[in-house]
This record gives sequence, structure tokens and C-alpha cells, in this order.
Amino acid sequence: MIDVLIIGGGIAGMEAACTLHDLGFETLILEKEKQLGGHLRNWDTLFPTKRKASEVLEHYVKEIQQRGITVYLNTDVTSVKKQEDGTFELNTGREVQFKTKTVLMTTGYALFNAERKEEYGYKIYDNVITSADLEKILQTAKGELRSPSGNSIQSVAFVHCVGSRDEKSGNHYCSNVCCVTGVKQAIKMRQLLPEAQVFNFYMDLRMYGSGFEEMYREAQEQWHVQFIRGRLSEVAETIDKRLQLKAEDTLSARPLRMHVDLLVLLVGMESNKAAADFAQSCNLACAPSRFVQPKDFHIESNKTNVEGLFTAGTAIAPLSVFDTVNHAKAAALSVSEYLKKNN
Amino acid sequence: MNKFGFAPAKSRVIEYDSMHNQLLDYIIANEPSFSTCMSCGSCTATCSAGNLTDFNIRRLNIQIRHGELDGIRQEIDKCMLCGKCLLVCPRGINTRNAIMIIKKGIVNLGIE
Ligand SMILES: Cc1cc2nc3c(=O)[nH]c(=O)nc-3n(C[C@H](O)[C@H](O)[C@H](O)COP(=O)(O)OP(=O)(O)OC[C@H]3O[C@@H](n4cnc5c(N)ncnc54)[C@H](O)[C@@H]3O)c2cc1C
Ligand code: SF4
Ligand code: SF4
Ligand code: SF4
Repeated sequence: MIDVLIIGGGIAGMEAACTLHDLGFETLILEKEKQLGGHLRNWDTLFPTKRKASEVLEHYVKEIQQRGITVYLNTDVTSVKKQEDGTFELNTGREVQFKTKTVLMTTGYALFNAERKEEYGYKIYDNVITSADLEKILQTAKGELRSPSGNSIQSVAFVHCVGSRDEKSGNHYCSNVCCVTGVKQAIKMRQLLPEAQVFNFYMDLRMYGSGFEEMYREAQEQWHVQFIRGRLSEVAETIDKRLQLKAEDTLSARPLRMHVDLLVLLVGMESNKAAADFAQSCNLACAPSRFVQPKDFHIESNKTNVEGLFTAGTAIAPLSVFDTVNHAKAAALSVSEYLKKNN
Repeated sequence: MNKFGFAPAKSRVIEYDSMHNQLLDYIIANEPSFSTCMSCGSCTATCSAGNLTDFNIRRLNIQIRHGELDGIRQEIDKCMLCGKCLLVCPRGINTRNAIMIIKKGIVNLGIE
């Protein structure tokens, strides 16, 4: 029987797999996509270092290969069942039955579907895109960047908190990393389009991590990004495919109107299907945010209410790469303690 | 134009010590969601009255918090009760109901 079955081969799963392997445990990764890496596959550069996400991923994939850790790709875990003897059986729709002593759930998050905020016009107006779309565009950008409708870009606006902190989306929580993602992307737009104006519409700027505030300051000082305190109430398209924005400039207490060539929605993070599926199949406890509820947020943040089922990374909440990697490393130690005690 | 409060302020300082919050208590007792406003301005941006006059529903909340009630009766009458504000509020505040309660509160508490 395997010691640890890791569900999800994003950075959390890969980091934990390497550490558990080095601690001497037999480890296996099940990943539903055709490649390892999770969301980082789709990002261009990472805050706060501006390092290429692909470099970070290459590092992890190499570490996995060097250790000869087995990875099953295209393997979607649909249920986790706890057996009488305390071990687990996983269902993936494959012929093989996966049996394991412990499970580490590193299933990550899902992006908020911006179509749900109809008033912002995503998939209705050509030149409204999400922050995730922009990362993809930046990954392959060559030459002059143009808007999806083919226009030259003279002005860009970013909208913070799309699908987060929003009763109407059913998400009360803050997604933590979209503010700094907005700053990262605003700087990038100014670098690629030196003539363009860039605006960020925010309610609160949450620069909670090391190096984030410095990036915000850099955006103001070096790149003249303009930060406007107000939330967009609606977006309309003009005949020439530009976008008309309505908001209140709350710091001067006056309604504001503006036209831009490109609108970027900073989409939040949501819990993905795995949390709900495992809640069904093994009574896994989820928080009101629908993310996995750690057994004790302060002391045992890698444990869940199900003994032997551990978790790490953005399965529990929106986190940066830095926090995800640290949480995953800690998870490996938590699993190791458990296996030593129960062997 | 009355940009700073409803009437020329006697002092520029907001006196937190002597704030008179009877109206605020009345509103929150009847429409508790009023206290969750995060001053995002979505309501003001969409407001029918705010696009025609200097009526500012978001700022009104803050002024009530500060106990700045001079002229509030005339100010609140600028609202057309169209309800557009409550469709956009990210905190799900029933702004239109809050306005109805402010109107009632002004009468019940005898505020001029
Ligand atoms: C637009 C945007 C930009 C960002 N930019 C940055 C940045 O610049 N810097 C930074 O630090 N952070 C950034 N982040 C955050 C970053 O994406 C996360 O910190 C990181 O992806 C978390 O890794 P993870 O392994 O926890 O989850 P994920 O990346 O979501 O990986 C989870 C993996 O689990 C797999 N999986 C899920 N369910 C199952 C299942 N049932 N069975 C099998 N496999 C499954 C998924 O396919 C995926 O491969 C950004 C986020 C967004 C939204
Ligand atoms: S991190 Fe910023 S943009 Fe994201 S939900 Fe929180 S406040 Fe909004
Ligand atoms: S109900 Fe009143 S405050 Fe709300 S949008 Fe209409 S006019 Fe403005
Ligand atoms: S939309 Fe709601 S939260 Fe935003 S300022 Fe208006 S009342 Fe407050």
C-alpha cells in the first residue's frame, strides 16, 4: 500500500511530493490535467519578483523527475472513501483502484467565472478580458499589443474585486492576491505600451505580502499607473468598440465617466469541485467560503476533520505561490508525523 | 453648491466626542445592512438623482455617521426611490429601504 497519495499536481502537490519522498515515504501524484503545474502553467511572470512562472515550474517538474516520483496524468479523483482500518480508497474512473494510508489534497482553486458579473460585459463586449486571459496574452505577446478587436490601445483599466467581496457573487471573502496581480499587470501594460494610460479601480489596496507595497509604489512612481478609489457600477460598449465606464471617484465624492480601449477584470478565486466532491464522499468539512476547512487554522492548518486526510495550498483559501509552497512543505511534515505514529 | 456637509460647517473638525447618533441607531435597528457599507461608490455611480444633482447617497451614510444632519430633510428628498442603487451594492445593502427609514426617522425623531 502507498504511504501518501497526493491529489493535484500544482505547485503545492509537487513541493509536498518531493519533501515526502526525501523523508522516505512512498508517494504518488494524481493529476487531472495532461500536465503537471496547475494554474502556474497559464501565468507569464510572478509577483513580487517578476520571474517567469515557467522557470519555477521547470524547477519543480525536474525535481519530481529526478526523484522518480510516479505521476498519473489525466486522472481526475472523483471520490475519496475512508475504510474501516483507517486507510483510503480513491475513485478516478480508471481501472486501477488506488489504496493508500494517507491522502494529501492539493486540488487548488477555480477561477471566478466573470460571465456571472453581467454588468461588466465579459464575453459580451470584445475588449473586456480577465486577468487570467491577460496572463495568456502576455505569455505569447510579440510586437505591438492590440485589443482583442484589433484596435491600438491608448488606455487600459483594471477592475479589482471581480467575484470577491461581493454579496451578489455569493463570495464574501477577499481573494488576497488579485490586488497585487493588478499592480503587476498594470506595470506590465505600461512597459509594453509606453504611450498608454493605465487605471486601477480599487476599493482597498491589499498589499499584504513582502515586496507587494514596493510594487505598488513602483507602479505609481516609475510607471504612473493611476489608482482610482471606486468600484465600477456598469460598463457599456461604444460604436468603435471602446468601453464606457461608470464609477464614483469616492475620494472626491463625484460620479466619474471614462472611455478605455481595454478592460481587465481581476477575477477572484473560488473553491473547486474537489472540495464539494470529497465533502460528499468522506464528510470533509468545508468553510462558509466553500474552501476546505483546516482542523485548526492556527495550529493544525494541514489537517482536516478526517483523520489521515491532509490538505495544502489554495485548497484552503486564496494564497500566493510563496504561501502555497510553505504550506505544502509543512503538510509533508504533518503527514510524516502521522505515518510514523500509525505504522 | 454644498460640498462639505449640508450647510457651511462651523468647524472643519469632525467632533467624534459629541457625535449625536440617534438617527444612525434608528436606521441600523430597522435596516441592519446599513452598517456594512464599505464606501465603494457603486450606488452613487448608478444613482439617477446623483447624475442630475449633487445628491450623493454614499456620502450621506458617512454624514449620518458623523451626525451631520443639517439640511438632511431636503437632501433625502432628492432621491427618486428608483432602486438602482440596491441592484449594484456589493454588500447587498437595501439602500432604498434605508432611505425610507431615514425619512421616517427624521419625522419620528423630530430632526429638522
Ligand atoms: C490571475 C492570477 C495571477 C496570479 N499570479 C500570481 C503571481 O504572479 N505570483 C504568485 O505568487 N501567485 C499568483 N497567483 C496565485 C497562484 O496561481 C497560486 O498561488 C497557485 O496556483 C497555487 O497553487 P496550488 O498548487 O495550490 O493550486 P493550483 O495551481 O490550482 O493546482 C491544483 C492542481 O490540482 C489539480 N486538481 C484539482 N482537482 C483535482 C482532482 N479532483 N483530481 C486530480 N487533480 C486535481 C488541478 O488540475 C491542478 O493541477 C495568481 C493567481 C491568479 C488568479
Ligand atoms: S485582493 Fe484586492 S482585488 Fe482581490 S478581492 Fe481582495 S481587495 Fe479585491
Ligand atoms: S433609489 Fe434614490 S439613491 Fe438609489 S439610485 Fe435611485 S435615486 Fe439614487
Ligand atoms: S454600493 Fe453599497 S457598499 Fe457601496 S457605497 Fe453604496 S451602499 Fe456602500
